Amino acid sequence: MSELFRPAAEWELQSMIARLAREKRGIEVVGHGALRNTGRVASSDVVLTTSGLKGVTLYEPTELVMSARSGTPVFEIEQILAARGQMLAFEPVDLGPATGAPGGALSIGGVFATNFSGSRRIAVGSARDNLLGVRAVNGRGELFKSGGRVMKNVAGIDVARGLTGSWGTLAVMTEVTFKVAPLPQTMQTLAFVGLPDDLAIEALGIAMATPLEISGAVHLPKNCAERLKVPKLKGVGQSLTLLRLETFSTSIDERKEKLKTALKVYGNPIELDPEETFGLWSEFRTLSVMPFSTDTSLWRISTLPTKAPEIVAAIQKFMPSVAFYDWSGALIWLEVPAAADAGAADVRRAVAVRGGHATLIRAEPEIRSTVDVFEPLKPEIERLTRGIKSAFDPSGLLNRGRMYANF
Amino acid sequence: MPHIELPEPDVGVLRRLPILIEGLKSRVGKDLLIVDEDGRRAYETDAFTAYRRVPMLVVLPRTTEEVSKILKYCHENDVKVVPRGAGTSLCGGSLPTEDSIVLCISKMNRVLEIDYANRLARLEAGITNLQITANVAGEGFFYAPDPSSQLACTLAGNLAMNSGGAHCLKYGVTTHNVLGVKMVLIDGTVVEIGGSALERNGYDLLSLVIGSEGQLGVITEATVKLVPAPEGARPMMIGFRSPEAAGNCVSAIIAAGIIPVAIEYMDHAAIEVCEAFAGAGYPLDVEALLIVEVEGSESEIGILLGRIAEIAARFDPKTVQISADADQSARIWAGRKAAFGAIGRISDYLCMDGTIPLAQLPHALTRISQICAEYGLKVANIFHAGDGNLHPLILYDANDPEQAANAEIAGETILKLCVELGGCLTGEHGVGIEKRELMTTQFSPTDLAVQMRIKTVFDPTWRLNQAKVFPLAITDVMRAGDAASTPEAA
Repeated sequence: MSELFRPAAEWELQSMIARLAREKRGIEVVGHGALRNTGRVASSDVVLTTSGLKGVTLYEPTELVMSARSGTPVFEIEQILAARGQMLAFEPVDLGPATGAPGGALSIGGVFATNFSGSRRIAVGSARDNLLGVRAVNGRGELFKSGGRVMKNVAGIDVARGLTGSWGTLAVMTEVTFKVAPLPQTMQTLAFVGLPDDLAIEALGIAMATPLEISGAVHLPKNCAERLKVPKLKGVGQSLTLLRLETFSTSIDERKEKLKTALKVYGNPIELDPEETFGLWSEFRTLSVMPFSTDTSLWRISTLPTKAPEIVAAIQKFMPSVAFYDWSGALIWLEVPAAADAGAADVRRAVAVRGGHATLIRAEPEIRSTVDVFEPLKPEIERLTRGIKSAFDPSGLLNRGRMYANF
Repeated sequence: MPHIELPEPDVGVLRRLPILIEGLKSRVGKDLLIVDEDGRRAYETDAFTAYRRVPMLVVLPRTTEEVSKILKYCHENDVKVVPRGAGTSLCGGSLPTEDSIVLCISKMNRVLEIDYANRLARLEAGITNLQITANVAGEGFFYAPDPSSQLACTLAGNLAMNSGGAHCLKYGVTTHNVLGVKMVLIDGTVVEIGGSALERNGYDLLSLVIGSEGQLGVITEATVKLVPAPEGARPMMIGFRSPEAAGNCVSAIIAAGIIPVAIEYMDHAAIEVCEAFAGAGYPLDVEALLIVEVEGSESEIGILLGRIAEIAARFDPKTVQISADADQSARIWAGRKAAFGAIGRISDYLCMDGTIPLAQLPHALTRISQICAEYGLKVANIFHAGDGNLHPLILYDANDPEQAANAEIAGETILKLCVELGGCLTGEHGVGIEKRELMTTQFSPTDLAVQMRIKTVFDPTWRLNQAKVFPLAITDVMRAGDAASTPEAA
């Protein structure tokens, strides 16, 4: 068991990292542990958790802005927001349950460190897009800030957004400031039944090209749709293509009719009321259609929507799989049988030919230590990446090996 | 006298100029070079016109490959490069130095690919902002960021400055609407950062590049998101007796869960000038005017504007007017977008670009009036109320050196005020030379060191767009080309 550091304040976190940096001791950075079974396994001498840095430090509902210490659990933030009729619009995804880690343990720092956003990303942008500012401590033990609390801020290099998706390898965020949004007044879902993947993605694309502000565009092939829990869709026994509308109650019916007209050729959809809609899309927040199992591995593939069905079909030639298309096809969650390389060779080849990149989300720790978890970088990008790592963390102490084997 | 310091030119480089010209000619041909003084003079300034420096050479490449050859040559020969799009920067972001080569990518303006199925377009970066939308409007799409200079400004400049616009409350700014760029580093290496997928692979280098003001590389191509055009849009105008009432009204609209596509605020001085220019029907007897625009179908627009009017009624508005037709809508926006030009017809002005938390608006406006009055100057205020971006326009006479100097000092004082109030130095125009020295009011030495180290990763010898963004005094050694000297500790 590594030595555990649990700072209770920003200054304490800074002084701990400064000391560890002087001693050149490797630091694994964690929150409450929601992401510990995801990504490569960091090699470290000590563990530093942000779980002691909790609490909302600023909330201005009429300016749509909130600041919170990085260890604040997302569910606490969402409760505070809901009490004022607001939300985190980008619907952070809690990977805990799908990866065998605890559920409900996702911290707001982890959300921005991974930039894993949920279904509403297609309408409101990613976690990164909604980030306004950070305070953080880099691997030199320096406390710095970037961005601020206002929506627009172009003073200097956008370090705050540059830290998103860096998995704690550049700096440990101590406080984040982000946009919040009003909860939609009402919501409904249209579920088209039985479409093959390519037609489903086409239908989602048509919906996304309308001005109806679609806030969720998901396709579940039959073997994935069967895993849904929402009663109305549970027993359908066919693929489901799901479109969520969220707006004012005065507009929802008008928009629904327009959407049905635009997608007439794809059949008559099942309609879900607001309560059913809420239940359905909540399932995606915890990836419940991709339940934890040691018999399978889970990939996350980012690509062009029109290429997504081809990628899934290409991989299926080599192994059985279960796909969950989100973001109208721009994101694929793909479950494949557990194997020595978690299917990496075939997955990466299928993606490389068609464009995009794949991240291994779930596999045994030994596999995540031997295959590339993140898509390997092109040489010139790797050079810049190493440069950035070295600028923030010259001794390579923070989450060493968490993203890439060599740094 | 304008008082922003510009570094002394390196006479050694100027002496080598004939050799450099021959060298570049042999690599990219003479047709791309502007050598004669009259030709170069066209590039001596941008829209921050108080400062002018004729560059020693201008190059107008047509391809990424040519950009790569030019930068590689400049790198090998230790020549400074100032990247330039259309030269519409309001902060001196593309101001040359006398010992630099201006690399202007305005000839690279082709549309490379439009992919409606995936809702994206790949473009050469010299294309103008408005031209992107012009190419896709027929299919019902548009490119969302809409800076007021969108007729002239290039995508490259928008990327460099992370430009916003009046409609970014709903659609975001440049960084929210770009998927990837092709960029040439100072040593000539061509890198693809981001791509066409929604998610980035690895570190989010694209976030570092967008808004980096030409400090990291020269962007030659970009892939941008295309957004479906709304069914319809209509503005309404609400006139108030006080800035407080207008500010409170904005808060109440947002508290009601309504996010209009734009909320623009104009003070009395701005209303008068814009009305004289555009004849938009702005009310002239109010202290503050909100232009609130909503989008949707005809019935949705009607309902939303009705609700906003109800909310506004709580703040005792003097006038509430919903745009009657497309023609009036166009004039309402034409007046607002022409504000800078309209004010420019009656006076020279400095356009400031701070941001403030909305709640601070009344206090900020009072202080701005006081600050300008102290220097005997008038001011008109335009404010993107939804996102806190405040544009005080300080009026002065450029022929009066004392007024010009006072305007700059008043401007600096206003920006410091914005930072004090919890805002920032610049919401969408960038730092350039104008706000370079003020960066220390917003950022600690460590904050700046963190940014400067990123610059050094991309541009180790600091040859790109020197003497901008970072305070001169702390960049002396790096600008002299000593990469190892990037601050190790603050």
